Parts: sequence; structure tokens; C-alpha cells
Amino acid sequence: MKKLLINKTLKQNLITYGIVIVAYLVIQIMVSLGLVSSLLKGLLVPLCVYAILAVSLNLVVGILGELSLGHAGFMCVGAFASAFFSMCMKSTNMPSALRFLIAILIGAASAAICGILIGIPVLRLKGDYLAIVTLAFGEIIKNIVNSLYIGLDEAGFHFSMESTMDLNLSETGTVIIKGAQGITGTPNDSTFTVGVILLLLTLVIVLNLIHSRDGRAIMSIRDNTIAAESIGIHVTKYKLMAFTISAALAGVAGVLYAHNLSSLTATQKNFGYNQSIMILVFVVLGGIGNIRGSVISAVILTLLPELLRGLNDYRMLIYAVVLIVMMLFNWAPKCIEWRAKLLYKFKNKKTAKEAE
Amino acid sequence: MTLLEVKNLSISFGGLRAVDDFNISIKQGCLYGLIGPNGAGKTTVFNLLTGVYKPNEGIITLGGKNITGKKTIEINQEGIARTFQNIRLFKELSVIDNVKAGLHNHLKYSTVEGILRLPRFHKIEKEMTEQAMELLKVFDLDGEADTLAANLPYGKQRKLEIARALATKPKLLLLDEPAAGMNPNETLELMDTIRFVRDNFDMTILLIEHDMKLVSGICEELTVLNFGRVLCQGKTADVLNNPEVIKAYLGE
Repeated sequence: MKKLLINKTLKQNLITYGIVIVAYLVIQIMVSLGLVSSLLKGLLVPLCVYAILAVSLNLVVGILGELSLGHAGFMCVGAFASAFFSMCMKSTNMPSALRFLIAILIGAASAAICGILIGIPVLRLKGDYLAIVTLAFGEIIKNIVNSLYIGLDEAGFHFSMESTMDLNLSETGTVIIKGAQGITGTPNDSTFTVGVILLLLTLVIVLNLIHSRDGRAIMSIRDNTIAAESIGIHVTKYKLMAFTISAALAGVAGVLYAHNLSSLTATQKNFGYNQSIMILVFVVLGGIGNIRGSVISAVILTLLPELLRGLNDYRMLIYAVVLIVMMLFNWAPKCIEWRAKLLYKFKNKKTAKEAE
Repeated sequence: MTLLEVKNLSISFGGLRAVDDFNISIKQGCLYGLIGPNGAGKTTVFNLLTGVYKPNEGIITLGGKNITGKKTIEINQEGIARTFQNIRLFKELSVIDNVKAGLHNHLKYSTVEGILRLPRFHKIEKEMTEQAMELLKVFDLDGEADTLAANLPYGKQRKLEIARALATKPKLLLLDEPAAGMNPNETLELMDTIRFVRDNFDMTILLIEHDMKLVSGICEELTVLNFGRVLCQGKTADVLNNPEVIKAYLGE
């Protein structure tokens, strides 16, 4: 009986990986046949970025049951830390694959550290405090980055929170982070293939974590903190673990994002509050706690506004309608019932066919 | 041999002395009942024993070891497990996962082993499944191992909570109104189960209950609480015939 269950979760996970791989292959074939517009090509890496973000946020919202409104902040940390590293290493003859690999690790680690620093005090509290603090964190990080100047010359790194002039660089020195102008000239290491690999890695980490001893502990805290404590589960430890892993994955998404653009700036649009809410929308519409749903909804909701560009005035109208329809499809009790019936019928037909 | 020894336990919430000078001594293997009118402080005693509240005064020793003022998780590791008056299951987890969560501190593998699905993960998970199924069998829940805990009928939810508590391999099991909301048949069945657990798991059980049939049927010793104070203590038959207990709780 239990064996069946393990196989069932494994099957579900394999379906999720399968969907991603098939989608990747289809798009690759379409690209090689020249069926994909340049607009869509430009969207391929962002699709992976948002899918990773949605999966990582779902770990906090759906599995841990806490609300984080600062995921764009972790993404920002990962993006700038990794872009900074890549800029420093650009002039050396380090192979680009190795440089990008290290950049990913740095992005993940720096976001994870921020996650730990925020999590240690805040996850001990109950209620909505995490949402409030992460919201503030996202805004603070964005503003810090916007007023941060870092330059490099033979004497080493120069920091300033004022202006480029304050760096006191020698003549041969270069400014790497230019305040509100951000980082320009980041190597474009992100490709669709790398994005999909990172997305698959994210899925493996999150899904395997959920279906393990630690995942059970995390979900038991979500379902009933008092009971979890009464059976000896270290609540703060597991909250912190889930939050940190989620932050690290958001950092990876940031790395992917940063290395897809030649100029990286922190604006309201890409690392601000709206972005965090957008990621939350992916998670809620994909189904809280449903990892596969997060990927699908992130892809649909990222593609949709771009595909509807031709409709101009009606673009946001249709977008809003799709949001509502997805919400109803995933959450309305009648709809859930209908889906269950449909699935049941489908399964019955299948078994009937097999019987024949 | 005395397993649990509580001396002069007291706690106040503001001006209210919820538990006042509470003493109890429970022998290894005993089935002990804690009864009293509503609001007498029974559940507060449980919360004090499991570290949810810190006592203002008093000493709690378990198997000779002082556990006063320890955290809930530490007390669980020392060997006290409990169930709750209002059922607190992990509702979105399957029945077997609820029990496996109880095995959390006994069968371990690291996070990395879990994520990378190393051999140790498979080995320990298999062991967990076996142990969990064994426990579920005791409570006749093995047929519903894959059901979500939230979808179980009420009586079975109560049983699952006991199974989860037992999974933490305690020395002392605290049951907070295990028969609440059960019909007479289910209560009879539960009495058998509690006895079975005591005999087969070598367990000491302290239970709060209002169902006098269950209390007189299985408890060997009783303590009656009234307004936070011990009213009477001793063998079940003696306590239930005590005129003061009859007056305060049972009714004349």
C-alpha cells in the first residue's frame, strides 16, 4: 500500500519534470525551424526566471505556510552579487562556464545569507510579521543597491554610498556598480538551456525536500505548530531551513536574470514590490502548495501579456479575465468537484479500455 | 518505581491561580486518571507537564530527572508525549505521514541525503514506513494509511493522535479527553486500545476524562482537581466514593 504511495509521488514528480523537458524540446525544435518570433525568444530566459521564483516562493507560502512579500529582494541580492562577481572576473581568462557556475553559487549563497539574517529574528514570531519584514527588506535592498557605488583599481575595491567621484579611483580603475545606473556589461551567460537546467534543479530540490523527513517536519509546522512542537519537531530550525532554501533559489533566479541583460539596474519594475506581488500571484493562481501549478501559471502569466501585445487596448483586460478564470478553476469548490469528476471519468475509461 | 513525580506545582495567570500546590506521583506502568469539573485546571496541568507553560513554583521529575522549565521539544525527547483536547492533527498530511512525523527524532537522515535521494534515505524511509504501519495496525488505521488526516472520521482522528504520540516513543503518555465526542461503542473500543497500549508498549498513561464509565473502567488511580487544587487522590474506587468528590464533581 505504502509502496504504491511512494510510487505515486515519484510518478507525480516525474510528470512535472517531464512537462518541463517536453516544453523545452518543443521550443528548441520550434526555434530551429524558425517558428519562434524574436519577441518570444527574448522571453525564454525570463520564463525560466519566473518559474524558478514561483517554485521557490511556493516553498514558503504553500509548504511552510508563511507569507513572504520580498522575494524580489532576494532575487535582487542574487542578481547584483553574481553580476558583481562576473564583472570582476570578466577580464581574467577564466572559462565562462566556470565563471557562470561560480556566479550561480555566489548568487544563491548571498541570497541565502540574507534569508538567514531576516529569518532568525522574524521566523520566531507568529502571524503576519514575516510578510511585513520581507516587504520592507525588498524595498530596502533595492534602495541600497541604487545608492551603492563600487569601483576596482590596483589598490583593491572602493566603496561609496555617495557618488562615483567619492570612490577616489586611480586613473586605470573601473567603476563596477554605478548607483542607480547599476551594472553595465554583465556577460550574457544565461541561455534558455541553462535556465531550464536550473529550473529542473530547483524542482528536484524542492520536490525531494517536500517528500522527505524535513519536508514532513515543515508541513507539520504549517498544519499545527503546537502539535509539531509536542512531538519534538524543532519549529524555528525547520522554518529557517525552508525560508533559506527558498531565498537561495530566488537568488539563483536573480543570477539567471542578471546574466540575461547587458545592463542591470534595480528599478521598481524588476525588483520592487510589484514584482514580489507578481510572484505571489503566480503561486496563488497555480495553487498554493502545488509546485507543478506554480511553473505552469508562471509560464502562462509571463507569456500572456506579451502574446496579447497585438490587441493593445484590450491587453490588460484579457489578462485580468484570465487571472479570474484561473482563480476560479483552481479554488472554486464547484470547479474542484468538476475536475475530480472529469479525472474520475477519464481514469474509468482508461481502465475500461485496458480491460478490453 | 515512580516515573512521574510532581511537587508543589503552581501557576498563576494574572490574579488567577489556575493550578495551586499540585502534587502527583505516578508509578511506572500505571493507568492514572485526572478528573474534575470544567475549568478545574486539568489541561493546564498537562500544559505545565509538557512545557507549554512554565510553572511559577514546583518541581517536575520524570524518571528521577528534573524536567521543570524545559521546552516542549526537550520534554518530548525526555519521554512525555501528549494528545490534545481539541484534536491537533497535521490535517493536510496523510495518516501515515502524521505517524512518520512522530518518528522524526528517532529515525534520521540529513537534508542532503533527502534531497539527493541517497541510499540512506531509502533505507530509513522504509524503516519509518514499517514502524508507522505497525503502529497504525494497533489502532486499526492501516487501511487508511494514505487518506488525508482531515478526511478521517472523528473517532479515528482521536486514535491517530494517540498513534502519533506513541511514535515519539514516550515513557509517559498524556491523553487529554481521549473519549470526547465518541459514542459508547467507540468508547468501549478505546478502553481496550488504551489497555492494549499500556500492556504492549510498557507505557505509563495519565489521562483527563469526563466519561466516568471509562475512568472507573480503566484507571487504577485518580486525582480529582477542583479550582486548581487537589481535592482527593488515591485508588479509583476510594476516590469515587469520597463524599467531597461526589459533592464537587459527580453529583449527589
